[in-house]
Amino acid sequence: MNKADYKGIWIFAEQENGVLSPTPLELLAKAIDLKAKLGGTDVITAVLLGKDVAGISETLFAQGAEQVIVLENDALAVYKHRVYANALVKLVEKHKSSIFLFAASPIGRELAPRVMARLGTGLTADAIDLDVDEDGTFVQTTPNFGGNILSHIAIPEKRPQMCTVHPKVFEPIEPIEGAKGTVIREEIEIIADDDFVILGNEEKVFKSKPIGKANVVVAGGFGVKNEEELGMLNTLAELIGGQVGCSRPLRETGMLGHECQIGQSGATINPELIINVAISGSVQYMAGMDKSKCIMSINRDANAPIFSASHFGAVADYRKLVPAIIEEIQNRKA
Amino acid sequence: MKILVFVKQVPDTVDVKIDPKTGNICRDGVQSTVNPYDMNAIEAALQIKESTGATICAVSMGPPQAMAVLDHALAMGCDECYLLSDRAFGGADTLATGYTLARAAEKIGDYDLLLFGKCATDAETAQTAPIVAEFLGVPQVTLADSLEIKDGWAYCRRDMGTFYQDVKVKLPAMVSVTENINSPRFPTAKGILSRKKKPHYTWDAVAAECDTTRTGAAGSPSVNKRIFEPPKHNTDTTYFNGEIEEMAKVFVDVLEAEHRI
Repeated sequence: MNKADYKGIWIFAEQENGVLSPTPLELLAKAIDLKAKLGGTDVITAVLLGKDVAGISETLFAQGAEQVIVLENDALAVYKHRVYANALVKLVEKHKSSIFLFAASPIGRELAPRVMARLGTGLTADAIDLDVDEDGTFVQTTPNFGGNILSHIAIPEKRPQMCTVHPKVFEPIEPIEGAKGTVIREEIEIIADDDFVILGNEEKVFKSKPIGKANVVVAGGFGVKNEEELGMLNTLAELIGGQVGCSRPLRETGMLGHECQIGQSGATINPELIINVAISGSVQYMAGMDKSKCIMSINRDANAPIFSASHFGAVADYRKLVPAIIEEIQNRKA
Repeated sequence: MKILVFVKQVPDTVDVKIDPKTGNICRDGVQSTVNPYDMNAIEAALQIKESTGATICAVSMGPPQAMAVLDHALAMGCDECYLLSDRAFGGADTLATGYTLARAAEKIGDYDLLLFGKCATDAETAQTAPIVAEFLGVPQVTLADSLEIKDGWAYCRRDMGTFYQDVKVKLPAMVSVTENINSPRFPTAKGILSRKKKPHYTWDAVAAECDTTRTGAAGSPSVNKRIFEPPKHNTDTTYFNGEIEEMAKVFVDVLEAEHRI
């Protein structure tokens, strides 16, 4: 392999029924940053597979893509891992990209490894940062042991350097109105797969709204033991126009669903305000909320790590403090 | 029906630290265990065996002591086990691991179903299973919340995050399962006693017919340049003091300043 033949930064433009997933926009934002750090010569390309999807190119250009490779085919209308993997392998072999980024979504995490195995290259899983080191090497930061250990991974000798990227770590850029780019329409042979059959999709019914979009969050942790105590958090959240979230231990009690979970295995959030109630602050949890604008925390343990990431702290039993806060708010509103 | 279930030995906690002297992960006092999601894969295999009949081969790659996790799989009810153990397998990334496991699967042969847990709790890549499936040229179902075998197809419900997807995949196939699929059983006394009599195989690179330029560190395109603990937070924290009522007042003052009331 002659590494010099491999150029450009590719992102996989994941879409479903012609609707672009939010994650490619995050990847494009990071690609712009990487391009600058790599010297500015790498073209940023979005790879778009599907049926009647070419219209999405406009959005991709507005969000930072300079080129979109469009591959449209009836057999690509619905995502199937082997059909998509075969197509992507052929595209890489033809165009020879240097970097290829996927979202660490359910699709990205099962598709990228199949592409990587066929290409015989490296694939970093679920990166939380991408950077270029002093030698000009592309380096990925990836969590191990639930985020307690981080690794810097590089793929020095093989191309493309592949990576799945944790969703919501990077912010999409403000769209550039009227941005133009090159559309490359590809015509390659697509191999259908009749050995994998989708029988149906069923939307999940969530008990509450996903926490990812909330502007104000009241989050409960291990110390919230029953519905009555959870009720205090609900009341407080209602009074300040917020939504209730949780760390993993509270989700595991079953009182709240996964859609409420904050942290590495849940949602990464950055609301205007978060109140952490009885959450000690594991590495995994902190990584999910430490970019919040204002962090307030209540914990009985003055040494709880959560305080190290908090702007305001109250060392207190929340079972006493939260009702007092609720009463104070009600008095002021009256 | 022959099922290969892939099992990894992992530390029994994710609460690990880096030894400042060696720069490596501190293993002192850290016990090893079966990757929890692999227990769900073993249980799924055992349930198929009970309903339709199957031979279950447990497969692992690791140092000699990783035989302990295979022994556990046998005690739960698997029929035989294969440990892939060779210095030439050491330092493998997911590509080299996938290659080695795929070679072993080919050598064991005649498999109908390859079962994995959704990921391992140490590196959490979730990559090895799809890589093995790709090398073997079989279709896959990842994130399976359910699994049923009927007329040469595996029927699964997948957890795709915002929706569930019902699929069927033609055997031979790879299925990786979530923790929601079942509750893994504990080994019975009989299982523990009979496990020693079951076939245990240890294969090195020669026995598994591996090309050692494709195994271990030599076969790994990915290089781990550095491991480190995440930077500690050091936000300046303003603490609320005094009695509960005073704390509550100042707390609400902040909420007002933040325009939340």
